Amino acid sequence: MRNILKTGLAAFAAGTLSIGLAQAEPVKVGMITTLSGGGAGLGVDVRDGFMLAVKQVGNDELEVIVEDDARKPELAVQIADKMLQSDKVDILTGIIWSNLAMAVVPNTVNQGTFYISPNAGPSQLAGKMCNENYFNVAWQNDNLHEAAGAYANSAGHKNVFIMAPNYPAGTDALTGFKRMYEGELAGEVYTQLGQTDYAGEIAQIRDSGADAVFVFLPGGMGIAFTKQYAQAGVGAPLIGPAFSFGQDILGAVGDAALGVKNTSQWSKDIDNETNKAFVESFQAEYGRLPSLYASQGFDTANLILSAMEKADVKDKDAFRAALKEADFKSTRGDFKFGNNNHPIQDIYVREVVKEGDVLTNKIIGVALEDHQDAYAAECGM
Amino acid sequence: MSTALLIEQILNGLQFGVMLFLMAAGLTLIFGVMGLINLAHGSLFMVGAFACAAVAAATGSFWLGLVASLAAAAAAGAVIEILVIRRLYDRDHLDQVLATFALILIFSEGTRWVFGSFPLYLDIPPLLSGAVRLPGGASYPLYRLAVIGVGVAVAVGLYLLISRTRLGMRIRAGESDREMIAALGVDIRTLYTLVFALGAALAGLAGALVGALQSVQVGMGEPVLILAFVVIVIGGIGSIKGALIGSLLVGVTETLGRFLLPRFFAVFIEPSDAAAIGAAIASMLIYIVMALVLAVRPQGLFSANG
Amino acid sequence: MTREAIVTAVLIAALLAAPFAAQAIDEPFYITLATRIAILALAATGLNIALGLGGLVSFGHAAFFGIGGYAAGILATHAFNGEPLFLGLPGTNDMIVIWIVGALAAGAAASLIGLISLRTSGVYFIMITLAFAQMVYYFAISWPAYGGEDGLSIYVRNAFPGANTLAPMPFFLICFGVLCTGLAAFRSLMNSRFGAALQAGRQNEVRLAAVGIAPFTIRLAAFVISAMLTAVAGALFADLNRFVSPSMLSWHMSGELIVLIILGGVGRLGGPLAGAALFVLFEFALGGITERWQLFLGLVLLGVVLFARGGVMGLLAGRARHG
Repeated sequence: MRNILKTGLAAFAAGTLSIGLAQAEPVKVGMITTLSGGGAGLGVDVRDGFMLAVKQVGNDELEVIVEDDARKPELAVQIADKMLQSDKVDILTGIIWSNLAMAVVPNTVNQGTFYISPNAGPSQLAGKMCNENYFNVAWQNDNLHEAAGAYANSAGHKNVFIMAPNYPAGTDALTGFKRMYEGELAGEVYTQLGQTDYAGEIAQIRDSGADAVFVFLPGGMGIAFTKQYAQAGVGAPLIGPAFSFGQDILGAVGDAALGVKNTSQWSKDIDNETNKAFVESFQAEYGRLPSLYASQGFDTANLILSAMEKADVKDKDAFRAALKEADFKSTRGDFKFGNNNHPIQDIYVREVVKEGDVLTNKIIGVALEDHQDAYAAECGM
Repeated sequence: MSTALLIEQILNGLQFGVMLFLMAAGLTLIFGVMGLINLAHGSLFMVGAFACAAVAAATGSFWLGLVASLAAAAAAGAVIEILVIRRLYDRDHLDQVLATFALILIFSEGTRWVFGSFPLYLDIPPLLSGAVRLPGGASYPLYRLAVIGVGVAVAVGLYLLISRTRLGMRIRAGESDREMIAALGVDIRTLYTLVFALGAALAGLAGALVGALQSVQVGMGEPVLILAFVVIVIGGIGSIKGALIGSLLVGVTETLGRFLLPRFFAVFIEPSDAAAIGAAIASMLIYIVMALVLAVRPQGLFSANG
Repeated sequence: MTREAIVTAVLIAALLAAPFAAQAIDEPFYITLATRIAILALAATGLNIALGLGGLVSFGHAAFFGIGGYAAGILATHAFNGEPLFLGLPGTNDMIVIWIVGALAAGAAASLIGLISLRTSGVYFIMITLAFAQMVYYFAISWPAYGGEDGLSIYVRNAFPGANTLAPMPFFLICFGVLCTGLAAFRSLMNSRFGAALQAGRQNEVRLAAVGIAPFTIRLAAFVISAMLTAVAGALFADLNRFVSPSMLSWHMSGELIVLIILGGVGRLGGPLAGAALFVLFEFALGGITERWQLFLGLVLLGVVLFARGGVMGLLAGRARHG
């Protein structure tokens, strides 16, 4: 989709386009994200969050081009090439999945174009392959899992069963959990990627006598597991990263998710003005509650807008420095970048609760404060 | 490893196999009677699940949703048969592959257009929630037992339909000699539409039953489609009996492979590595089984064509 | 020249001219797009040997495409980090060596797969080739050494003697050259005794056996050659994207290769090129217009099957002489 949304156009539809004020060339942002197929919900949320911020500021020097990658790495590369060579964008953003990010990001940043990640944070890009032009506004992939490990300690769990799909993000998740978790493992299981029937694994969990279960099963896999786990009535409490219990899928999981503890860098009840305004305006604009992905899209746009205030995007060094300052009002409250341009931030523990008829999350504690990822030391910046 | 756990895993394998049978039965019937490869069968599975979720959400009744899933999938099947599939019977398999591949794209994006990008909610009915005690100390979810029951009922029903009824006689005739059945004055167009709608309805039923256990989302039919093809090829294309045996073989192999292989490797190597290697081989296992079966019996286990 | 030969020549000329036009109007991206068309056309030409000439509908050619891609990725990685591959053999970033290694690896895999698969026919063949491709796919996803599902990045595009492969134009010309070689190979194969036997086997196996030719051997040879050509395309595709991942091995990719051939015209020399051009341009244009591009792509494909039998070549050059 080639939505050239001139922000001013969206804000002042009645032709009151601001005249003059055009000191510099507009900043062109290319957004490659997943808008079709099974994982489309995440891309739609990132895009909607991003566009909301753009619209609110009404800065018509920001031009956004959005295209669908259909979750195919080859297609993402093709769109990136097009945006870099033909549209000549200044900044790329939008990719949801780590494997697509690994296909697009290294080339983009090596060519001197900025890439600002609203979701994926593979460990390579935080460590050895870190780059001055690559910024991550969301998290390094391990972060939420590390927080889950820390939470399992503080909740007194001593014998946890852990499970993830058998692919790099899955093994990273279990590694991240084990990095913080101090107890015994009741079992460690890798499932097939895309698997949707977990009867076999649930039987193993029941048999293992675990006192808690940690799963990293994003999207549809998480929906299926949570429902089946609740139906099986195993009883051991469920812990996971927010990816399986975000606002985007809670509706599909239903009451089976009630009471699940999950870790997230964002929640709709984080108490600050920016966040309150964000949640309200997102609901007003799109008629649904925002997910963490929407908050990440929103923060990404605001980061870019904050840098535009300070520097011209053509002056790469100045613009980079402006990005690095992260001088924007984040929905998460405090936000700053570490040496590897990944966030240093608090990660919360949330519980799935029901507000009226709507399932949502409520913060019940902080799992890790001012947490930085484990790969920052490997980064030469 | 306790006996109860093993029994539970075998039941899981059977339940998964029964699900596959509902998909595979329609596929193999359509291939046997019309000689058509239908890649869009997974889309009909998805249509069933979405119809069930939408109706269950609107009325609060899973059972109405189930009826809706049968009706919607059968209707969708009949419509695409009349508009598209009908023109493909005398084409070669290649054209059928391309056309039904195109139908997958249309169905997926069409569904997303109507229902949005986010997964839908569908839960099992209260009547079937909870677990039953089995002899030997195992307990098993009632809903999954019910699914096994539905699969057995469908298998028996299909057997009776094909061996005892007039429609079944025509279907059998259609499998063995298409010209003859037309010469006998049977309205072959209507017969084909009926068979296609029947296969579609079974896929829709499977989608609804699975949707309650898993997640109702765009693209949910594709993994099942591939497995259903594996099943009918193992069983012998066109043979309902082969589809049943193939489904159970694939279901049990897949489930037990995932369960036993990591334990097997854990005897030799670190549990963490064993889990990863076991899972890797388990994901390849049914394809290995399929290759072995075809290497020994190139026409599958129970080929309808000899 | 027959009408078909003219159409094919015009297609090839148009593909060659497009990047120069793009350079003239300073739209370098269209060079990339033309390169993509050339590479996919080459992959489909490989498949066309098995599918078009031999009637072997392989639903698993993504395996060979991916093996070629991984050959490029793995050799380049080892050349980049200096670690030996195995048995002390070094990696390399020489494209020609990579093509040979990729083609040999895919040829070996195809011999093995073919030995088992070619005992079956029809739908069984379609499905057993799919099964083998799925095995390779799941293996690549869960094997951590070369990135698993994350795939493998190639940081610097591999080298070709006397060309700056990093610039779009020289890389396009390399791909175009390989495509032309592939098309020439296809053409001479089609017109050779071997090709005649292969096509005869597609139409009438009994007659072929009667004149003392074993269809199995001929088909196996065709299947292996077909896989090797597709693997070279896979290596180029990895270089184009500077990235290789298991999605190159997925059944969607196998399906896409078949789609390219049917779109263009089965068993026709110009078919894969016409199909690839049409598919890539549609994907690009529709993706630029609407978020629902896949819906319209589906409608277009459906329209082609129902109303344009014989694909683009069928429309432009009439029905094939035989088959």
